[in-house]
Amino acid sequence: MDRIYLDNNATTVVDPKVKQAMEPFWLQRYGNPNSLHRFGTETHPEMGVALDRLYAGIGAADADDVIVNGCATEGNNTILKAAWVDGILEGKKSRIVSTAVEHPSVAHTLDWLEQRGVEVIRLQPNHEGLITPEALAEGFDADKTALVSIMWANNETGIINPVKELAEFCREKGVPFHTDAVQAVGKVPVNLQEVGADYLTFSAHKFHGPKGAGGLFVRSGCSFTPLLHGGEQMGGLRAGTVNVPFFVGMGLAMELAVDSLHYAQTTMATLRNRLEDAILALPDTMVLGKREHRTPNTILASFKGIEGEAFLWDLNQAGVAASTGSACSSESLEADATLRTMVSDADLAHTAVRFSLSRFTTEEEIERVISVVEGTVKRLRAISSTY
Amino acid sequence: MAKGDLVGGSLWDNYSRIVADRMNDPRHLGEISEEEAQELGADLVVADHGAESCGDAVRLYWAVSKDDGRIKKATFRSFGCGTAIASSDMMAELCIGKTVDEAVAITNLDVEQALRDDPDTPAVPPQKMHCSVMAYDVIKAAAATYKGVDVGTLEDAEMVCECARVTLSTVKEVIRLNDLKTVEEITSYTKAGAFCKSCVRPGGHETRKYYLEDILAETRAQMERENAANVDVPFAELGNFKKFKAIERVLDAEVRPALHQDGGDVDVDDFRMDGDVPVVTISYKGACLGCMSATVGTLGFIENVLKDKLDSSFKVEVG
Repeated sequence: MDRIYLDNNATTVVDPKVKQAMEPFWLQRYGNPNSLHRFGTETHPEMGVALDRLYAGIGAADADDVIVNGCATEGNNTILKAAWVDGILEGKKSRIVSTAVEHPSVAHTLDWLEQRGVEVIRLQPNHEGLITPEALAEGFDADKTALVSIMWANNETGIINPVKELAEFCREKGVPFHTDAVQAVGKVPVNLQEVGADYLTFSAHKFHGPKGAGGLFVRSGCSFTPLLHGGEQMGGLRAGTVNVPFFVGMGLAMELAVDSLHYAQTTMATLRNRLEDAILALPDTMVLGKREHRTPNTILASFKGIEGEAFLWDLNQAGVAASTGSACSSESLEADATLRTMVSDADLAHTAVRFSLSRFTTEEEIERVISVVEGTVKRLRAISSTY
Repeated sequence: MAKGDLVGGSLWDNYSRIVADRMNDPRHLGEISEEEAQELGADLVVADHGAESCGDAVRLYWAVSKDDGRIKKATFRSFGCGTAIASSDMMAELCIGKTVDEAVAITNLDVEQALRDDPDTPAVPPQKMHCSVMAYDVIKAAAATYKGVDVGTLEDAEMVCECARVTLSTVKEVIRLNDLKTVEEITSYTKAGAFCKSCVRPGGHETRKYYLEDILAETRAQMERENAANVDVPFAELGNFKKFKAIERVLDAEVRPALHQDGGDVDVDDFRMDGDVPVVTISYKGACLGCMSATVGTLGFIENVLKDKLDSSFKVEVG
């Protein structure tokens, strides 16, 4: 049985071209780029190309820094903890403003900072799931706020926040703005010439690059404190021997993702819509967030009467991979924060299943998933005591 | 944390084959109609437990024979994850052939045991144990319906941890007998808190009446008070630090509870040995501050308690 992977918001397959581009850096050009000898320096040309691709991919200027690191979790930790160390421990500021629907790499870091005395404001999304500039403006205190951190697109729902307006607001108030763009890169245009974010984080494995590589954009002139100290790598901004194959792979993955944006927003979106329409054609189902507010690959659907983990179980039996934020599926038995926040109806938090496509998803796969979903809904609703 | 905890996502790997099989193909799924119960010469009992908003819900159907009071047929429907469905199915199976009173004796531990592939390997990972608890709860609900009594009358004892079926008195007993100081120790002695962890502290999967952290704190405080009442080593032979601790213990156990009742309190400001005479300097707080009797009656009371419990020559001064 061919397996079908619709969990691309969790991770993606490495593009074969990316794998090929990384190949020479394992056995031939394995030098440390910070070495003076030829083994080291022969890695430089392709690292330069990779950097060009990363800068171009997100619209960074040469004067800005795009620090290549281990993952977006590292980037998010770096920025949040820098705000604490520089702005808050120094006594200049006391507060970080974020949202109630951030990824755990932001949410749990903020919890940790809160325990250490940082005042954390968690904005609630509006009825459409959006974090609006109006919500940010309400009670905003520029004198107290060290940083605003708001995700570009949500991992569970795919809902895209108005980051351009949010960044503009922060710029006017003179407060630094960070956005976790992990779910945006490769799905919607990410152009830092147009969006005035001061810091931005992304992760290669969400756009068909390798796991274990990420990027952190720091706009020219914005303050920065490294998280990792040590050697002179990344201009001293992020110590640790550079992972050359991943660096090169992420660069190409970025270029391919940006080149595929049109495809993602047309063909992939059409496939997504096909699946979404089929789900909505079933009785007592719903999808969170308006289609025009969402990344073109994501569906968070609720199926009344079916618990999310049971749904995944049946999908998995049929060779289909999806995801659920349902409490029953987690080690901690706690529902995903986005679900808890966004879903006013408690039932939905237990019945939500996420399908996320990639540019490699085919029409045949979507047709088969539709029939698997229909069969699963039928079987599990026959078992259900609440349907 | 250790090697075994570092790679996550193994939830489904820890389901037994029986659990997987019962999830894929439940044997006792469905409803029993009034007509079917009539044909079986049985009374129909239908009971619900849980709700979709809680993440788990199960409905149990029993056909209880009018002749011998035995459950002739048991079926279920369930909203829940795979382990909830498998547990419900096994629970229904275990009911069949039993009287209602016998069925009430089935616990979640029996259900989990029956789902094991081999007797020594748990059928589900720890955090999934609570799914089998629901199976037990719905049996109680069905029995209460059948008997026409309130479900509370079928509860045997104050249950702290439903997953491992550990009662309040058991938890208190192991803390005392083994001088336990942490929740982790309670868990390793009793298994309470080893599964869904709801009973460890508030904020877990479900709201509980008792939490292990609170029980531990209260029991330890109670033990401290009792210890203070019988100090083995004579006060005069204790070092200064232990002397100070002994005074605090006696104040905690004998004096402060009485003062708290009137909204007052007392602090120890200083302690010294005046030759062989222990002298403690106190200051009053709260309602004691303006209280007429504080300088006379209360002071005498404190002094007498310390004389009685620690050293007959004790002197108490107000700082």
